[in-house]
This record gives sequence, structure tokens and C-alpha cells, in this order.
Amino acid sequence: MTSATLAPDRPAAARRSARGGRLTRASGLGLGIAMLWFSLLVLIPLTAVVVTASEGGWSGFWDAVTNEQTAAAIRLTVGTAFGVTLVNVVMGTLIAWVLVRDRFFGKRLLEILIDIPFALPTIVAGLVLLSLYGPESPLGVDIHNTRIAVFLAFLFVTLPFVVRTVQPVLAELDPEVEEAAASLGASRFTTFRRIILPSLTPAIAAGAALSFARGVSEYGSLVLLSGNLPMRTEVTSVRILSSIENDNLDSAAAVAAVLLAISFAVIVVLDVIQRRVVRRG
Amino acid sequence: MVKRLIVVAYLFFLVAWPLFLVGQNTFEGGLDNLRGILADPDVVHALRLSLVVAVVAVVINTVFGVGVSLLLVRYEFPGKRLLSALLDVPLSVSPIVVGLALVLVYGGRTGWFGPTLENAGFQVIFAAPGIVLATVFVALPLVIREVVPVLEEVGDEQEQAARSLGANALQTFWRITLPAIRWGVIYGVVLSLARSLGEFGAVKVVSGNVLGETRTTTLVVEEKYLNFDKGGAYAAAFLLALVAVAAITVVSVLRPSSSEVKQ
Repeated sequence: MTSATLAPDRPAAARRSARGGRLTRASGLGLGIAMLWFSLLVLIPLTAVVVTASEGGWSGFWDAVTNEQTAAAIRLTVGTAFGVTLVNVVMGTLIAWVLVRDRFFGKRLLEILIDIPFALPTIVAGLVLLSLYGPESPLGVDIHNTRIAVFLAFLFVTLPFVVRTVQPVLAELDPEVEEAAASLGASRFTTFRRIILPSLTPAIAAGAALSFARGVSEYGSLVLLSGNLPMRTEVTSVRILSSIENDNLDSAAAVAAVLLAISFAVIVVLDVIQRRVVRRG
Repeated sequence: MVKRLIVVAYLFFLVAWPLFLVGQNTFEGGLDNLRGILADPDVVHALRLSLVVAVVAVVINTVFGVGVSLLLVRYEFPGKRLLSALLDVPLSVSPIVVGLALVLVYGGRTGWFGPTLENAGFQVIFAAPGIVLATVFVALPLVIREVVPVLEEVGDEQEQAARSLGANALQTFWRITLPAIRWGVIYGVVLSLARSLGEFGAVKVVSGNVLGETRTTTLVVEEKYLNFDKGGAYAAAFLLALVAVAAITVVSVLRPSSSEVKQ
């Protein structure tokens, strides 16, 4: 269903049909217009971030990034995103497993629940979490304005990624291989570790990369939930926003460049993983 | 069985229960909260602005997305791989960075193009065009991601047949290609619409957040909550959540499940 969520490599890519044709005059014109629009909207603005960040020279950039409060925000963001990604690797794989291998009443509902964080506006996501884990929590758990809130918000918004990348791969696995392993005396754990896990690893890695990137760049769900306390619960995006609001675009751009570098690293990792999968497939 | 219980409990505490509480909080005093925000002309303005921006953004992204998908799947050109990778960039860029990037280029005072555009009487940042740009940016890859796999799957034999029977490019597209990929396009449109209505961070940076002018619905949620009008915040959030859940449900029910084990 909805790989709204960016399944980066569906099996479809492997059965790509014949190579495309050369550009005609009309399609060449189309490509030109599309590139112009894409440049004006995405490429030039992102370049502007990098250029502005580099205008102050290396020392200016370094000062902005290593400012005590900024460095704390970057550490919190990257550390939390990493921890959340680890949880997602385990829980996402487990959820995908249950969705593919089990049949039970209400499965459809679970499928919908998994995609909701993708479509739900982030500010609403924050409010949603606040209603169960905030000051008026019916559970009596109040975590707002703590670092746990940051962790929880990241966990919510990154929920779909590992599930949706692992699910299609798991569905394509041939059960006969597992049966063969079992009939040869392999325990269920051995079968999982030796047979299933290796085929899932690229998908899990791809999902983990997406989940990490999403966590690092999160903003909206934290606004109401984390309190944005400097040095404690302030994440990188919030730090950038306060620089923008103080009209300090240079330092905002410097910190933004760090986030962009992380995004690009993730895209490169994904591309490498995909190429490896296609080669194997 | 244990696995299934863990999964259900995890999703219940992370998504289902919190989401349910928003509905409950909205209707705590009956319909008062909803009536309250719908009677507020500024909120109504925000709702209308969100809807108009989302529709414009979806139209732009659908035209761009279908066109680019056709180019990526049906043609060879230098830099295709790079373009394909770059098209996913908006998904992993922080919304705040998106807003900043647009301000740096289109900002009226110090932007690269902003002052020139403003002298020509066209304000982008702190005005509706900026909100549209930010929204188009964040939802950019969604249509492409839905359409490309479908285009690859249907192949181009029917298109070639149509062309060899004398159909021109436009006829081939309307009569053959578009009907074949229509579900991919529809999913892409629904998901883009949900994403566009809900954009918050990027819009916050570029809109200026002026009450009754450039404040969108997501910004209303924040403002209401911070001003201790929790009822209003929950009501506005409820409307947004309703659209998101509806979009996901529609796509999920229509699309054949990828988790069905192949028989």
C-alpha cells in the first residue's frame, strides 16, 4: 500500500523495461523547462545556503557551528536521531514481519496507522503526542519539555520508513528456502539470522538512512512538545529558525549547511545501497 | 502471537491513542470548539489560504511530476541518474532549511533575485507566492515516486503501437499513457494534497505569519495553543488530522496491498 513513504527501491526497478529513447525536440524542450523550474525552486536556493555559509570564510563557518548552544543542539539532534533509528531498525522490521507473515483481523487498520505520521502535519503530530504524554496526560506521564519528548517526536515522525522499505522485500522472499533450512534442522532463530536477515539488510539500511535523515531535519512536531530549551531540548532546526528570526542569516546558513551535508550523505548512502541491490537482483 | 501483541501495543501507544485523544479533546464541549474556530474570520481565512495554496501546489507538482517521470522513464539523457537522485532531496531537507533557502534567494531585501522581483512589483517572501513555493518544494517528489514505478511497469509497447498507427505525441499521452498511469497519478495527488495542506516549518519561515493575511491553518494551531486557546488548537488540528487520515485511508484502501504474500 502507501509507500507514500518513499520505499526507495521497489522491486519494480529491477524489471525496468528496455532503455528509453533519445530526446525528441518536444521532450528536449520539456526537459529544459523542468530543469529551469527545478533549478529556480530547489537547486539555486540550496546553493544559496551553501554560498552564504561559506561567505564568512572557514573561521566564520566554524565559529557559527561550534557556538556552545548550536553545538549542543547539533549533538542532541544527531544523537537522538541515531537512537531513534536503532529503535526503528528493530521495531520497523518487526512490524513489517507481522504485516507480511501474519493474517489477522485489523491488519488493514495497522497499515493505515503506520502511514499516518507521514501525512499528518508535524505541528499536529506534536499536539497529538502532547495529548497523551503532556501535562494533561490520562496516563499521568508528563514528558513535555524533556529530552524524552524529542526522542518520542522523532520516533513518531520516522515510524513509516523502515516498515515501508522492508515490507515489500520481505513479501518477495521465497518461503521455500526457509522451509529447506528448517527441514535441514536449522532453528527458527538460525533461519532468521542466516537466511532472512541477509536478504533484508539492504532494505533495513535504506529505511534506517531515511529515518535518520528525517529525524535530523525534524522541526514541527517539537514546537509544542519539547519546549525548545536552550542547551537541553533545542534541536538544530529550532536553532536555525531563531538565527533567521534574529536576522542573522549568515549563521543560520552555516548551521543549515551542516544539515544539508547530512542530507546529501544520506542520499549518497541510499544510492550506493540501491545500486548494490539492483546488481544482485 | 507475542510479536503481534508487541506491534499492536507499540502502534497503539505511539499513534492510535494519541490521535484519538485529539478527537476527544476537540469534542470535549460538544461542537463548541469547532464552532468557535469556524466563527473566527481569521481562522476561516487561514483555512481558505491553506486550501488554495495546497491546490495550486498540487497542480504544479502534478504537471511537473508526470512530465519528469515520463522523461526519466522513457528517455535517455546525460545527467539522468543525478537528476533522479536530486529529485529526492526535498524529502530529506529540514523544512526550516527550505524556508531559509527560499529567503536567501527571493527575500525582498537581501535575496539574490528578491530585490529585482520586488522592484518589478512581485513580492515572494512574506506573501502568498512564497508560501506556494515552500509548499511545492516540500511535496515535490511525491507524484514522481508514485508515477515512475507504474510507468516502468506498463512499458511502452502500447505507446509505440499507437504512434505507429499515426497518433501524435499528445494523442498518445491522453489516450494511452495517462489512462495507464492514472492510479499512480491519483495516489500521488492525494498524498501531495495531504502533505501540502500540512506544511508548517517552511511556511512559517517564508510567510511572515501575518494574522488574516499569510497565516495558514498549521500556523493557527501553533498560535492558538501558545495563546492558551487549547480548544481552538485542538479543533484546527482535528480538521487537519481528518484530511490526513482520509488521504491515507483512501490510498490504502484503493491500492492493492504490497504485503500480501504472493500466491
